[in-house]
Amino acid sequence: MGDGPPSIWEWIARNWDTGRVDSIRNLLTDHLTMSLVPILLALVLALPLGLACVRWRWLYQPTAGLFNVVYALPSLPIFMLLISVTGLTQTTVIIPLTFYGMAVLLPAVVDGLGSVPDHVRQSAVAMGFTPLRRLLLVELPIAVPVVLAGLRVVAVSSISLVSVGALIGQGGLGGLFTRAYQNPFMPPVVVGIVLIVALALVADGLIVLAQRLLTPWVRARKGQGA
Amino acid sequence: MITFDSVTKRYPDGTVAVDRLSLEAPTGEITVLVGPSGCGKTTSLRMINRMIDASEGRILLDGVPVQGIDPPTLRRGIGYVIQQAGLFPHRKIVDNIATVPYLLGWDKKKARARAMELLERVGLDPALAGRYPFQLSGGQQQRVGVARALAADPPVLLMDEPFSAVDPIVRTSLQDELLRLQAELNKTIVFVTHDIDEAIKLGDRVAVLRVGGTLAQLADPKTLLSEPADDFVREFLGHDRGIRRLQFISTEGLRLRTDLTVEEGAERGTSEPWLLVVSGDGRPVGWVSGARPGELEPYGTFVYGRDSMRSALDAALLSPSGCSVAVDEQGKVVGVATREALDQALAEAADG
Repeated sequence: MGDGPPSIWEWIARNWDTGRVDSIRNLLTDHLTMSLVPILLALVLALPLGLACVRWRWLYQPTAGLFNVVYALPSLPIFMLLISVTGLTQTTVIIPLTFYGMAVLLPAVVDGLGSVPDHVRQSAVAMGFTPLRRLLLVELPIAVPVVLAGLRVVAVSSISLVSVGALIGQGGLGGLFTRAYQNPFMPPVVVGIVLIVALALVADGLIVLAQRLLTPWVRARKGQGA
Repeated sequence: MITFDSVTKRYPDGTVAVDRLSLEAPTGEITVLVGPSGCGKTTSLRMINRMIDASEGRILLDGVPVQGIDPPTLRRGIGYVIQQAGLFPHRKIVDNIATVPYLLGWDKKKARARAMELLERVGLDPALAGRYPFQLSGGQQQRVGVARALAADPPVLLMDEPFSAVDPIVRTSLQDELLRLQAELNKTIVFVTHDIDEAIKLGDRVAVLRVGGTLAQLADPKTLLSEPADDFVREFLGHDRGIRRLQFISTEGLRLRTDLTVEEGAERGTSEPWLLVVSGDGRPVGWVSGARPGELEPYGTFVYGRDSMRSALDAALLSPSGCSVAVDEQGKVVGVATREALDQALAEAADG
């Protein structure tokens, strides 16, 4: 009680669920939406695009180059540009993050499919796999470790990058940082950083877990070397 | 039977990999395609299951042109063994072997039971079924590759340098295993190798191809060694083809002497320079020289009638007596082939 600034725990308790859009709970939900949607979209889009780049090799360099240029563009001007189309909405944050994710995942998918040894692909052909079954049952499963390694980078960077959206009022937990900018009061900054890092670690952990379940043969290989 | 009827493979850049190749791979036999790199042997093999399509000519499978069969359907009916085994790293051994049965829509239980049966058939421990390919040695992987090719019991087996990536000792055992399997299964096998010794060991018929994809000679191994068609084949066969030809000449009919043996403990004086000491149960113990009685010298044996003249000669060279010991399948002494007897047999072999 008293007139001094509240402790960090008091501040959290007071702001967790105020019913307002900027309650910590709402910011957390927004943050999750704006990071998970681009991660999943990037994966869903990068898979067919990566397949196309493997099928038509000439497509890869220009496409990868284009995504790299997009990746190099600072996010702020992209937001400004998109606001005229999608307004001050979550979509304005989701679109560039999806492109960033694809810039990482496209090479991961192409390299993953490239990691299928030639003799394995040829023996699949010789066994009588149709091209579609070969892709689904042989090539994609073998590409999984490389794709998931890319996905880990995308997940962590997307969760962190969402906070930039705070500059247009859509930054999820990033909103806690802009608040501190206006009023030098530390608890929101600490809470924001801790929650973002925690989210990133959980997402990373889930992907690692998925990798262990999906690719026991990779663990088996490591066990062999040990 | 697989028939190549004037088959040519020409690539868009004009390179000719196979040039008007005509040959037959008879049913139930091993036909080996052998030649230096660039002779089109692998291309020829892959035209059979349409991994590569022929530019001209026809390939017939029991009289049916393969060009008319949908490739995946065609391939499921033809076993294929590739150089580095080509196992699927993400699938357990049992599922690797059951690949083609799965593709053919077999019930999973039946496919796995078949895979287990084959695992044993190729000489592997059933405990390996649940492992992944990376946990197996190169030789074991190659056996799994053979088991996988046999899983759906195809009448035809294509083998593309299957044993060339393993060490020589493992290679020899895999070759012996293939011959043992073939004796049971009687598949129509087309086997590609660059190793002429492997070709001669495994082939019922050997097709020697030259760079540019033309057939230099098609013959059984013995004829190939004794009557090479031209200098290219002669050179490709290498230097010791005379000695190697002996492995196709039977020891049956080789003249044996039975008066050169003496039972252990009953050694006595003799006018013969060497006597073979034989144990009570008929097995060879060693040679004893008239000059140094009591000292046993090493001996070499061959199975009479089953082993080749090459083995008989080899056995003679292993002993200071210069004679080789003929034994039966149980290892009991049948007689002794002296230098004179070997010399006579060699002279007959040289005559053809």
